[in-house]
Amino acid sequence: MITKRIIPCLDVKNGRVVKGVNFAGLNDVASPVELAKFYSDAGADELVFYDITASAEGRRLFTDILTETARQVFIPLTVGGGINTTEDFDRVLKCGADKVSVNSGAIRNPELVREAARLYGDQCVVLSVDVKRVDGEFRVFAKGGREDTGMEAVSWIRRCVDMGAGEIVVNSMDTDGVKGGFDLEMLNAVCEAVSVPVIASGGAGCAEDFVTLFKALPKVDAGLAASIFHFGEVKIADLKRIMAENGIPARIV
Amino acid sequence: MIGLIDYGVGNLFSLASSFAAVGADAEIVSDADGLRRADRLILPGVGAFRDAADKLRATGLDRIVLEQTAAGKPLLGICLGMQMLFEKSYEDGEHEGLGLLKGSVRPIRDVIPTDYKIPHIGWNALRLTQPDCPIFRNIRDGDHMYFVHSYHAADCADSLAAVTEYGGELTAAVWKDNVFGCQFHPEKSGAAGLSILRAFCEVAV
Repeated sequence: MITKRIIPCLDVKNGRVVKGVNFAGLNDVASPVELAKFYSDAGADELVFYDITASAEGRRLFTDILTETARQVFIPLTVGGGINTTEDFDRVLKCGADKVSVNSGAIRNPELVREAARLYGDQCVVLSVDVKRVDGEFRVFAKGGREDTGMEAVSWIRRCVDMGAGEIVVNSMDTDGVKGGFDLEMLNAVCEAVSVPVIASGGAGCAEDFVTLFKALPKVDAGLAASIFHFGEVKIADLKRIMAENGIPARIV
Repeated sequence: MIGLIDYGVGNLFSLASSFAAVGADAEIVSDADGLRRADRLILPGVGAFRDAADKLRATGLDRIVLEQTAAGKPLLGICLGMQMLFEKSYEDGEHEGLGLLKGSVRPIRDVIPTDYKIPHIGWNALRLTQPDCPIFRNIRDGDHMYFVHSYHAADCADSLAAVTEYGGELTAAVWKDNVFGCQFHPEKSGAAGLSILRAFCEVAV
């Protein structure tokens, strides 16, 4: 049986992991390579590297880090942040990324999804969407959640899937950072609308939140989180064990 | 030396890195001489069957692969590279493969329920149907591997070595004499995947 994936997300700026981390046994807690190895050994099913630098120098450092990670970590790597053109896809795929996540780049130019899917295959194109409730509807936000696009989220997601997006990361801005659990209502709306894998993001505060997610919404394929893993509030090995104890298919390493 | 066959399809960076991680001497080879110098060969592949098969033929390396496997050299096809080992594929029409193994490549939709998502993407457990297959030496029944595919080998009882469950049985690995194939990506399947690559490096020539 296919397992539910657990995906830590690392924000990288100028070659360093941004959010503070503190693990025993890690020499350099801000080294993306070290942290990626740590998570891979602990049983992470996939990693997301999010490039939050804007400068050319930061971008070069990011691709160096990515290359070094792909040399040492042998689980799927998804890269996001600053992906605006197919050249950006090319740049990170050559450094060892397996999938590329687009967000604002697709909002500015939806054809990017179609073109990238044609060049690299649907499985390579991940659509990431920041969604927030506005006036009773799910609204797509751009630029890291700073700008309301006015677009309704489910129809935007459906449109991108039609153009070739192979996976969807749904990040609920309403539950993000609250640690009160995933946004089941929003995720359900997306799962009912598309037939590609859906990755839940935003709101996980403890292992039980993942159990609730996968039990309530069997169509959700994966759960993504950042700080709860980085701060050690949820340990991936424990999470996998708790999932298995609750009858959720999980890969235990 | 392990020859990673480069015929212009996909990126060999992860494969080269994973062989380096198991201490193997791997080299990207793209001509007849390179394939002949290698002790073992890897046939990778991503994308559409027809494009990949056309590119392999255009380089002329299809004939060298057949020549070298006929001489007993171990060959491991990965993902689309495994699918190309078969006689033909029904992905977008009907296309000829290398014919090293009996069987054809068909949509997984044929064997899975309609409410299952396609592609089959993620980590799934292996059930070893030929546990004595040399590349399984360091893994166990039930180990998880990373899959991404919409087609799989069918009518391949002759070489079937492992299956995986996804609402129905999908072909996960095949083996016949010195020809091996993995539908999953061992280079993306963590420690268990690396164990498969290590075992392939140790297959008796």
